[in-house]
Amino acid sequence: MSAEPPKIRFRDMQIEMAHGAGGKASRRLIEGLFAPLLFPSSTEPLGDAAHVSINGTRIAITTDSFVVKPLQFPGGSIGELAVNGTVNDLAVSGARPEVLVVTFVLEAGLPTEILEAEVRAMGKAAAAAGVVISGGDTKVVENGKADRMYITTAGIGRLLPGLNLSAASVRPGDKVLLSGPIGDHGITILLARGELDLEAELCSDTRSVLPLVEALAREAAPGLRWMRDPTRGGLATSLNELARDAAVSVFLLEDSIPVRDTVRGACELLGLDPLHIANEGQFVAIVAPAYAEAALAALRAAPGGHEAALIGEIREQPVATVLGATSYGGTRVIDMLVGDPLPRIC
Amino acid sequence: MCLAIPAKIVEFSAEEQTRALVEVAGVRRHIDTGLLADESLRTGDWVLVHVGFAMSKISEEQALDQIRTLTMLGEQEAVLEEVTGYGLEESIAAPDP
Amino acid sequence: MKFVDEFRDPAVISKTAEEVRRLAGPSRHYRFMEVCGGHTHAIYRFGLKDLLPENIELVHGPGCPVCVLPMGRIDDGLSMAQDSNTIFTAFGDMMRVPGRHGSPLQHKARGMDIRIVYSPSDALKLAQKNPERHVMFFAIGFETTAPSTALTLMRAKAAGIRNFSVFCNHVTIIPAIRAILDSPDMRIDAFIGPGHVSTVIGCRPYEWIARNEHKPIVVSGFEPLDILQSIVMILRQLNAGEAKVENQYKRVVPWEGNRAALKAMAETFDLRNYFEWRGMGFISQSALRLRDAYADWDAEHRFAVPGIRVTDPKAAQCGEVLKGVLKPVQCKLFGKECTPENPVGALMVSSEGSCAAYYNYEHRKREAFTQLSVAV
Repeated sequence: MSAEPPKIRFRDMQIEMAHGAGGKASRRLIEGLFAPLLFPSSTEPLGDAAHVSINGTRIAITTDSFVVKPLQFPGGSIGELAVNGTVNDLAVSGARPEVLVVTFVLEAGLPTEILEAEVRAMGKAAAAAGVVISGGDTKVVENGKADRMYITTAGIGRLLPGLNLSAASVRPGDKVLLSGPIGDHGITILLARGELDLEAELCSDTRSVLPLVEALAREAAPGLRWMRDPTRGGLATSLNELARDAAVSVFLLEDSIPVRDTVRGACELLGLDPLHIANEGQFVAIVAPAYAEAALAALRAAPGGHEAALIGEIREQPVATVLGATSYGGTRVIDMLVGDPLPRIC
Repeated sequence: MCLAIPAKIVEFSAEEQTRALVEVAGVRRHIDTGLLADESLRTGDWVLVHVGFAMSKISEEQALDQIRTLTMLGEQEAVLEEVTGYGLEESIAAPDP
Repeated sequence: MKFVDEFRDPAVISKTAEEVRRLAGPSRHYRFMEVCGGHTHAIYRFGLKDLLPENIELVHGPGCPVCVLPMGRIDDGLSMAQDSNTIFTAFGDMMRVPGRHGSPLQHKARGMDIRIVYSPSDALKLAQKNPERHVMFFAIGFETTAPSTALTLMRAKAAGIRNFSVFCNHVTIIPAIRAILDSPDMRIDAFIGPGHVSTVIGCRPYEWIARNEHKPIVVSGFEPLDILQSIVMILRQLNAGEAKVENQYKRVVPWEGNRAALKAMAETFDLRNYFEWRGMGFISQSALRLRDAYADWDAEHRFAVPGIRVTDPKAAQCGEVLKGVLKPVQCKLFGKECTPENPVGALMVSSEGSCAAYYNYEHRKREAFTQLSVAV
């Protein structure tokens, strides 16, 4: 008896930038092409990291690649993103990151001093995050075939005790907590590209969120349901994914969502929504109501968590939808992005 | 049609007469003031910016006036209700809403 | 943020909303059209409909310069960028609008040099920085944006920058409003007038709406308080049996408009005899083209423009939605074949198109899904 070959549901004729932007198009690619071919029998919603059992030990494993222009920007560089991004994916899946491996794809002609700077940055970020970089690989491609360098990191970690995170465990009544202001990273990159002639005192928020996750785990483990770090696609995308995967409604009080003035100003000028902008050092946590106060206090007391906020709650309806409410009672649906956020004039 | 943002003029360009630096919530951008050549713009003035051009000078006075008018909404109603309570509504002309 | 936050004050918004409810006579059903796409976007973004009583209906007008652009014009613009020496520049709003063979972003993915600019002066600067290339600027917008294109053209001419051209798709608002009022299905009681267009043209051009058509029109700002106050002003007029032009957006809109802006437009632009508006057909004297004195900077002279008319699929009801005759959700394609990801018409792609605004901000509020639907 031969099994039917898996069919793909991805109907786009070519790959476009939108497919890497973290929004709906990315989702379509993953669910419509990668999933049916690579993990056809999986019933679990896709998470930041995969949890596997090896000889009875539960470990988390994840990978991420980093493509950013410019390589260096206020607050960080591609090397730091590469370490912190994977560390954070492991942390929000409920694991302590232990070991990273790294792959470089380098463009011929890249000045050595740039590579050296990034490798130093990676070493420093790894030490700060308490992880070991234990190996990797390097490939060099012709000049013009890579934006100077692409970095991929893969990491494994051990599951933190007492945590049982899943979208399925999220229930109406649960509270939505955010670790800090959103939009810093994406706007910093946009400004650093120099195409828009905007200047601001702003830097990327790239950092390891492990200390904050550990603080949460210590104080609120039994009530911690689910976490995610909203990178490309922004907070709106992560929460929409949750609303879908958990079959719930996410209700946000827009005025409670921390956004720096400069981010707000840049977004207003460009017609962007901070909720759709990438972050590299924040995460959202869903916490059972009985633990919410303690969880928020724990975040605020932890180093770097002083701007954490309670931004909303989980409700039953409307299902698979994220709603935002203004302080004067108007509500709007906060949708996932289609592709990259584009500045607008209208 | 059309995203236009209030921004404060912080500096005029020394080289170009119609170029100014504006600021919105700490974000700065160079804009073209050519469409407001007839106005005498000064640093500290607020202008409405659309696609990198200043479209109009914002009147703080008008803005405050508007907020004041709206804040008073309902206050005239309260006065009227109180007066009505005394049974005086026939002898007192209702204030304009 | 100054001049923004004050107009989002919850306490004052509450009061103003209460005044709206007080003024809206319960036995009457009101239909107000907000002409400008920016207002449509604001209404949805701020959830203003939730603050209005049931008997006030907001109808979305055609003031979305991206939405009214026929697909053929996008194809024309893209054909100019076929030549690898040309850099196609446009505002972000244009990038996902579908042409017959894909949107500008999709063409970019296939290797065409297509770049987003925030200002026409950015496009001119690009031309200065790349003297061996030709920079074409795809100009869109109503009278709010046209003066900036005009000034940029004047600067290009004055500086002798020859490797720069403008593909002019600027349209004018008054003919659009006239088309709405001439439509036999029209049942609008009053207009929330365009705010930023009026900073250029002033309030006088709307006088015929009040005088001849007896409809109140209030020129409105874009913050929640502005829109609510404009509705208060409209209701007061209607209750008093009046019809006049009022300026709610006084802090920004001068009654006489911006003379320097109008002068720049007069120097660089002419009115086209007619122009096709997507979903509304040909409207005379409704769009701008470059004057002969600027022929050297006119992309339509520089490039051979195919000028092919592309008709919308029959099932798409963009025109009726644009004119406010149909609500987005009443179009047969809405939410099914036509979504922001796979837009059939520009109303679904432009962030201020009524279909996109409704889809992104509203329709799932109204439909409570009882089972999870996975959109792939």
